[in-house]
Amino acid sequence: MFSVMPASAVRIRDLRKTFGSVEAVAGVDLDIGDGEFFSMLGPSGSGKTTVLRLIAGFERPTGGTIELGGRDVTGLAPFDRDVNTVFQDYALFPHLDVLRNVEYGLKVRRVPKGKRRERALAALHSVRLDGMEARRPGELSGGQRQRVALARALVNEPKVLLLDEPLGALDLKLREEMQVELKSIQRRAGITFVFVTHDQEEALTLSDRVAVLDRGRIQQVGTPAEVYERPATEFVAGFVGTSNRIGDVCVRPEKIHVHTEGGPQGGQGGGEGLTGTGDREALGTVAEVVYAGAVTRFVIDLESGDRVVALQQNLRTSSMDVLGHRGARVRISWHETHEFHVSGTGPAPAPAS
Amino acid sequence: MTATAEAGGADGRPAPGPRRRAAALLHRRPRLRLSLLLTAPLAWLVVVYLGALAAIFLTAFWSTDVFTGEVVRQFTLANFQTLVDEPVYRTVALRSLGVAVAVTVIDTAIGFPMALYMAKVAKPKYRPYLMIAILAPLWAAYLVKAYAWRVMLSQGGLLDEVLKPFGLSSPGYGLPATVLVLSYLWLPYMILPVYTGLERLPDSLLDASGDLGARPVRTFRSVVLPLVYPSLVAGSIFTFSLSLGDYITVKIVGGRSQLLGNVVYDNIGAANNLPFAAAVATIPVVVMLGYLAAARRTGALREL
Repeated sequence: MFSVMPASAVRIRDLRKTFGSVEAVAGVDLDIGDGEFFSMLGPSGSGKTTVLRLIAGFERPTGGTIELGGRDVTGLAPFDRDVNTVFQDYALFPHLDVLRNVEYGLKVRRVPKGKRRERALAALHSVRLDGMEARRPGELSGGQRQRVALARALVNEPKVLLLDEPLGALDLKLREEMQVELKSIQRRAGITFVFVTHDQEEALTLSDRVAVLDRGRIQQVGTPAEVYERPATEFVAGFVGTSNRIGDVCVRPEKIHVHTEGGPQGGQGGGEGLTGTGDREALGTVAEVVYAGAVTRFVIDLESGDRVVALQQNLRTSSMDVLGHRGARVRISWHETHEFHVSGTGPAPAPAS
Repeated sequence: MTATAEAGGADGRPAPGPRRRAAALLHRRPRLRLSLLLTAPLAWLVVVYLGALAAIFLTAFWSTDVFTGEVVRQFTLANFQTLVDEPVYRTVALRSLGVAVAVTVIDTAIGFPMALYMAKVAKPKYRPYLMIAILAPLWAAYLVKAYAWRVMLSQGGLLDEVLKPFGLSSPGYGLPATVLVLSYLWLPYMILPVYTGLERLPDSLLDASGDLGARPVRTFRSVVLPLVYPSLVAGSIFTFSLSLGDYITVKIVGGRSQLLGNVVYDNIGAANNLPFAAAVATIPVVVMLGYLAAARRTGALREL
């Protein structure tokens, strides 16, 4: 799965950071490959932002080492590290116009004026902000500020770009647009992206690999598919998507077919009564039906006592049809290849990379 | 329904009382509301504040009868003529200006690092205590503080004792002592606005500057200073104008030196020449107007 992983752009060993008595980062090992889009996913307080700030150099680690491109930077100040950051609140300089914001890093590093301007304009062009050079950050929309922040970081051509929940403040539509744009910018520039988010869908959509963090520890590192289909711990199973516990196995909601009396509810796979090898089924009562546009969410109480959530595509159904199922007896089925086991509660430290 | 019918209007709700009707009227007429709200404070501003200033300015163009000491209400430029012709007044005016500038420079030099430490270095839980430490001297009476300095500055006083090991002595009473005491008195007025300005400056901007390769000195020059500049101007307006008008400190620790305030005071009291005092008093007003105009040109006042 980790096909292309030449030199690691970021190499972290046993990283620790305590604030007073709080252990924000409790021993993290990571290898992030060159040109990789790597996400750190976790709830607030999981330590993901602290890891990012440690890589950038804004915080001094309590223990452990950080290497960037093979060079130990653990003791270096931010201005001596070849990384740039896109901040959650963008942190644009309010007293400088867009062009001067983007030029700031080049000016500090004494790039000659002509060259500086040329590169800044090219960076602004790459985030589609031509003609905005003279605006102040206060005169821009949230999405535009986000792009300026991106251009200001990219113009320095860092080896690693750190992004701290950069899309968090944008509305849904804009966020989805920016996700596509981020991905294409990363591919074009070939820069390693380390992306911090609490939005599991965002992490799964964008990343080559995802690290799931909880309470300062890495729970699992893997491709989006690995993390989603084969979660290593109960925490990962619960945080990355929804998981249903049926007996001693877990199944994702969209992998469960709901068979109502009128026929399979949008489940095009297994037909009524068909049980091939590996098919599992259970009986239950529909406790709640939620119509959500593209899908319908069934909450079903099984006879075994487990409560499961099943997602069904609204292929041929509409809100009129589904709402009548509340309280109905149904049969659900799934395939055993979609079952996964999680290792109880133990947050077993996942192996690095 | 029968119970409410007696008090109710057509819609069954009780008929509104006079207070309710007045509130409704005010709700419908925002301009009426605004004028009711602002009449009293505006009257205060115009009559008491601007009125007093206008009265001073007007008085400055009158004169005093030499024999009776009565104010002669007749337009004359004689007071201003005296101010220009007598070199002693120019000297006093320039000396006052010099003191005000020196106090402002000293307070900026001391106050800025203190404000920076309070806003960005000290842990947030200690900030209220630091703030109290800064504000505490303001709770003591002005005269007490000035006399305390008089004692400290005296020959063989505390300052002499402390400075003796370094081969120095107290500056004694005079202009340096005046600048020293005024700087002490007005320091909180510099620290407070600068502290507020620095506290409003997001830490992420400092992080961003470092992230883009700027060393601390560069970050200070390119990010901190331009963004806190309006607060510095605000603080300097306080220290400058308070120093320019002061006459008590200089009386207590200034030895024989005189500032504009003393000239005004002496003309009101001993000389009983109110019109001339008014003419002298317009000097700091004009200087302050010039200072504010200069501050305005830099755009600092827009963000106050």
